[in-house]
Amino acid sequence: MLESILETHDLAIGYPVRHRRPRLVAESITLRLWPGELVCLLGPNGAGKSTLLRTLAGMQPPLRGGVRVAGADPYRLPPRELARLLGVVLTDRAEVGALSVRALVALGRYPYTDWTGHLTPQDETVIDRALAAVGIAAFAPRPVNELSDGERQKVMIARALAQEPKLLLLDEPTAFLDLPRRVELMGILRRLARESGRAVLLSTHDLDLALRGADQLWLFQPGGTIRVGAPEELVLDGAFQAAFHGDGVAFDPHAGAFKFHHPPVGQVDLVGHDLPALWTRRALEREGFTVNGHEGPRSAVQVEVLNQQDRTLWRVHLAGQRRECHTLSLALAEVKIRIAEFAATIPLSPYSSTPMRSIPDDAIHASDSP
Amino acid sequence: MSAALDAALPLAGTGVKLRGDGWRLAVLAGLALALVGAFLLNLALGSVRIPLSDVAAVLTGGEASKASWAYIVLEFRLPKALTAVLAGAALAVSGLQMQTLFRNPLADPYILGINAGASLGVALVVLATGAATGFLSNVGLLGDLSLIVAAIAGASLVTGLVIVAARWLRHAMTLLILGLMLGYATGAVVSILIYFSVPEQIQAYISWTFGSFGGVTGRQLAILAPVIGGGLLLAWLLTKPLNALLLGEAYARSMGANVRRVRFWLIAGTSVLAGAVTAFCGPIAFLGVAIPHLCRALLRTSDHRVLVPATMLMGGLAALLADLVAGVPGSRSVLPLNAVTALLGAPVVVWIVLRRDGPRSDFAT
Repeated sequence: MLESILETHDLAIGYPVRHRRPRLVAESITLRLWPGELVCLLGPNGAGKSTLLRTLAGMQPPLRGGVRVAGADPYRLPPRELARLLGVVLTDRAEVGALSVRALVALGRYPYTDWTGHLTPQDETVIDRALAAVGIAAFAPRPVNELSDGERQKVMIARALAQEPKLLLLDEPTAFLDLPRRVELMGILRRLARESGRAVLLSTHDLDLALRGADQLWLFQPGGTIRVGAPEELVLDGAFQAAFHGDGVAFDPHAGAFKFHHPPVGQVDLVGHDLPALWTRRALEREGFTVNGHEGPRSAVQVEVLNQQDRTLWRVHLAGQRRECHTLSLALAEVKIRIAEFAATIPLSPYSSTPMRSIPDDAIHASDSP
Repeated sequence: MSAALDAALPLAGTGVKLRGDGWRLAVLAGLALALVGAFLLNLALGSVRIPLSDVAAVLTGGEASKASWAYIVLEFRLPKALTAVLAGAALAVSGLQMQTLFRNPLADPYILGINAGASLGVALVVLATGAATGFLSNVGLLGDLSLIVAAIAGASLVTGLVIVAARWLRHAMTLLILGLMLGYATGAVVSILIYFSVPEQIQAYISWTFGSFGGVTGRQLAILAPVIGGGLLLAWLLTKPLNALLLGEAYARSMGANVRRVRFWLIAGTSVLAGAVTAFCGPIAFLGVAIPHLCRALLRTSDHRVLVPATMLMGGLAALLADLVAGVPGSRSVLPLNAVTALLGAPVVVWIVLRRDGPRSDFAT
């Protein structure tokens, strides 16, 4: 039977406050983590992601309930024993001084080496494997303080791997990285979980990445509980939207991403296909327009995306006039100017969808475009 | 010293791009040689110049050209040079330990307030007792001894406080602030004592604060040497957790270090090392903060398995050189040791700060 690597039962996490009742962060947390699983811990700022990770890592005693790491209580194990079960990558950007990448990763052998820190050939093999697993074998002789943030993060992960832990806990490992490095790191962590049978738990703010990469999500809910489920499941039942509901932003379940929540500026019809049309839609939506698809002209403004052999042309139609633009920026500016001009000719503000519908049909169709 | 060199050998394969293990071994060997050379020079030079051949003869149990030379070398210069080596090594190593523990490039052994405790002890004896009875104004052997006892008492008091605090406090930073505040408080008491004292007693106190390796007799050395030897051995035993602490206490704990225990022993070791040196030699400034930086810059590593032996050698060497300069060879005058360590050390630290990557690259800041 498969044994869980991490288990909590009715856990309450928080901080003890002197002379007062402890500050409760979350409670009734019952979680399980299985071998080979990658789980993302999600929640708004201050929800308690770091507190939970520290509690699981044996760094901050729970207020109630218990944690089991591979069947053992991390608060009773000697530090050396715990370090063989559990590797940690913390959120702070580690400044490590003048150590080579290899020497730093070798520190991960701490729970296995004797008091001098002498490395046996077996230790060296484990270090080689850890370096290779995150793809930094080529950096081994370089000083850590000359590396980029992304490379440094990989070094810290390799160091945790050198502990040969069953469970890897990472607190916002993607925080300082650019988007391609984030995707790359997520890929590495996924592969680590799959190939080695380790369990990987990471907290992140990167919802998009978590939705695409995680086997399970642990989602902090308002009110201090945690929802567990497959990412898609949590989107479908609205848990995602509820957890991150706030002013100005809203989770769009269709796009699987957050969108700015501004008042609608107006409607635009979009005609065209392929990537240029897709990104034109995104640009218009970013400006606050509601974009209508191919069903036929419904709005005052129509944007036509023409994919020619070697370039793209944008054609903006409004009230019988037509302008051709050679770049998306120009087309966007054109749409905004047109709408403002058009608004000046009618009594009502264009910044509501009502007057748009009041435009007579012939105003839209009287374009001289083919 | 061969033990230190051997210990550096298992580092093969962990070298840094620019300068590898060969370089480190060469530096360590060079430091060891320089230490021996400076030691012999210290025996030879002073108000009376003794040829090295005679020094060697005296050391190997032979006869010197002049009978008085044997006396000078064995009774005066040998204890002084040995004290310098021990004190330099002790201060440099405890500076290294404090810089790593507090992850602070400015930390030194006196950051825990030991210096201040010893100063208070001495000030109490020299100023308060002196003011009351006046017997210390003609300080003799008894006076020297009571100074040492007072310094030991003051240093142990603060050391004890700090060690007890280290067991209780969760964060190293709290300890640092505690030490700093102890320093201010005792400094204030010393100021008050000075304010109510007569110039002769102030003079006696001030000359203690100058620091000196010369006051330690062969008999006292028999106490000082094993104490410092023990402290240095402890530092060597702690190299592995010290390396883990380079990543900070949280990481060190996550990798299996018993951080509280390690911190206790680091504080205890440092307190004993710095306390003993301060008690016998006075507050020797600057070696503790400067030598570890010098070693890091020279060896291009933060690995304590290299740095601990290197700081021992470099600390001993620097103390010998400072003592040599303070003695102003060929003259009868002696400069205050603290002035020499600061004058020689300050440019070194400035150079380290101004070098391309600077000490920031050695520490989390």
